[in-house]
Amino acid sequence: MQLIECPWCGPREEVEFHYGGQAHVPYPDAPAEVSDEEWAHYVFFRDNTKGRFAERWCHSAGCRRWFNAIRDTATYRFESVHRLDAPQPHATELARSRRSTAP
Amino acid sequence: MNPGPSHAPRTPGADLPEHPDFLWRDPEPKRSYDVVIVGGGGHGLATAHYLAKNHGITNVAVLEKGWLGGGNMARNTTIIRSNYLWDESSAIYEQSLKLWEGLEEDLGYPILFSQRGVLNLAHTLQDVRDSVRRVEANKLNGVDAEWLEPDEVRKVCPIVNTSTDIRYPVLGATYQPRAGIAKHDYVAWGFARRAHEAGIDLIQDCEVTGFATDGNRVTGVQTTRGTIAAGTVALCAAGHTSVLTDMLGIRVPVQSHPLQALVSELLEPVHPTVVMSNAVHVYVSQAHKGELVMGAGVDSYNGYGQRGAFHVIERQMAAAVELFPVFARAHLLRTWAGIVDTSPDASPIVGRTPYDNVYLNCGWGTGGFKATPGVGWALAHTIAHGEPHANVAPFTLDRFVTGALVDEHGAAAVAH
Repeated sequence: MQLIECPWCGPREEVEFHYGGQAHVPYPDAPAEVSDEEWAHYVFFRDNTKGRFAERWCHSAGCRRWFNAIRDTATYRFESVHRLDAPQPHATELARSRRSTAP
Repeated sequence: MNPGPSHAPRTPGADLPEHPDFLWRDPEPKRSYDVVIVGGGGHGLATAHYLAKNHGITNVAVLEKGWLGGGNMARNTTIIRSNYLWDESSAIYEQSLKLWEGLEEDLGYPILFSQRGVLNLAHTLQDVRDSVRRVEANKLNGVDAEWLEPDEVRKVCPIVNTSTDIRYPVLGATYQPRAGIAKHDYVAWGFARRAHEAGIDLIQDCEVTGFATDGNRVTGVQTTRGTIAAGTVALCAAGHTSVLTDMLGIRVPVQSHPLQALVSELLEPVHPTVVMSNAVHVYVSQAHKGELVMGAGVDSYNGYGQRGAFHVIERQMAAAVELFPVFARAHLLRTWAGIVDTSPDASPIVGRTPYDNVYLNCGWGTGGFKATPGVGWALAHTIAHGEPHANVAPFTLDRFVTGALVDEHGAAAVAH
């Protein structure tokens, strides 16, 4: 178990938190107009990065507020945590969906 | 100085038996192969075996970044069963179970396959309804399955606590008598030995670092041991699949999680079968040597670290001790984790990719071991014919677009 820094409450034990997966996945602007493929990607597909990853956490057994974190999925080390109303320096760069180079 | 016989220097271990002959050679990679399989675990090795055995394709390399069978193949809890709910799942898992039943003979190698049965416990009325439904579905698909009341559960496995005064009382269980366990390392070694005998190169310490592509074909695999040209590429990298597909620019809807397991010290035989309880995240059997082998649920976060948090183990053991009071005095010997690639519908993703000559095999999540011979058989067929084998045809990548999901959360959920 590790200590996770809640941006509001400070360091708390991992069991108090709920994982929310990849951060910064935008809801489609016009959901009725997207193709089946785009909708599938919104619903089912998430990045599965090995390394630095922007993700959501909720302090569900504490203040019950969501926040974002940059964490390394290989070492599990938290690099930084961000309140939702604070600037998130790495987030945009990390969250940018990979441009598909597949044919 | 004459030390005399009693003082003669002795080589430590000189009285131990000879190290067994190596079961496969350790070749240098050739420049090119008809088929390159990425991942030298159970699925990759089984695919290689059946490519040679069923299709006569032997110009094949299996690339493994570590050592053969050292990933999830060395880390799983070896449960083999086929009592899945949907037709698509029971088809491939049941064929796999039939292959397990003849595998020792096929491989000419002991795999200690023990058909001691599996109980899937039901703890709530909804569990009971779902379980009875699954038993009926299994029967219609020719899978052996029975519904057992608590007193019958106690007859199959006397150490399960079937009293009504526990937090999650046992209201019954499904029972598949043909299910069981096998010795996972021996399975890997048996497949590796057969593949090696057929002339297939098993290349260890060879990590894939990239792919050379030409339009919608992959022409070669770049590795830490040089570039290897490939006619066809099959990805069998389980939890690390996304690392490979990211290199190819293919998005695959899997998330990698640590899945922990543990063993106790060696005990006298106390546990005659396999017991799984999805509700309380326990699955346990007793290995041939005597350890209790238990699995937990996945750690919640994405992770590639092959380790997890101890509180997951702690909860798992608390539930196990409630279900099996006799385990209370057993000591935990060690814990570990493997990286499992979970898919949105708890079913695998096998088959074509946007590249004409690249095949995908991933998404087996927490339950890939039991499918080892079945998916090897089907993936070899798919590679040989360029068309998905009937058993994997429902498990395409594009089902997430079409919506034709194979939702096995009920039968599979946490524990496999």
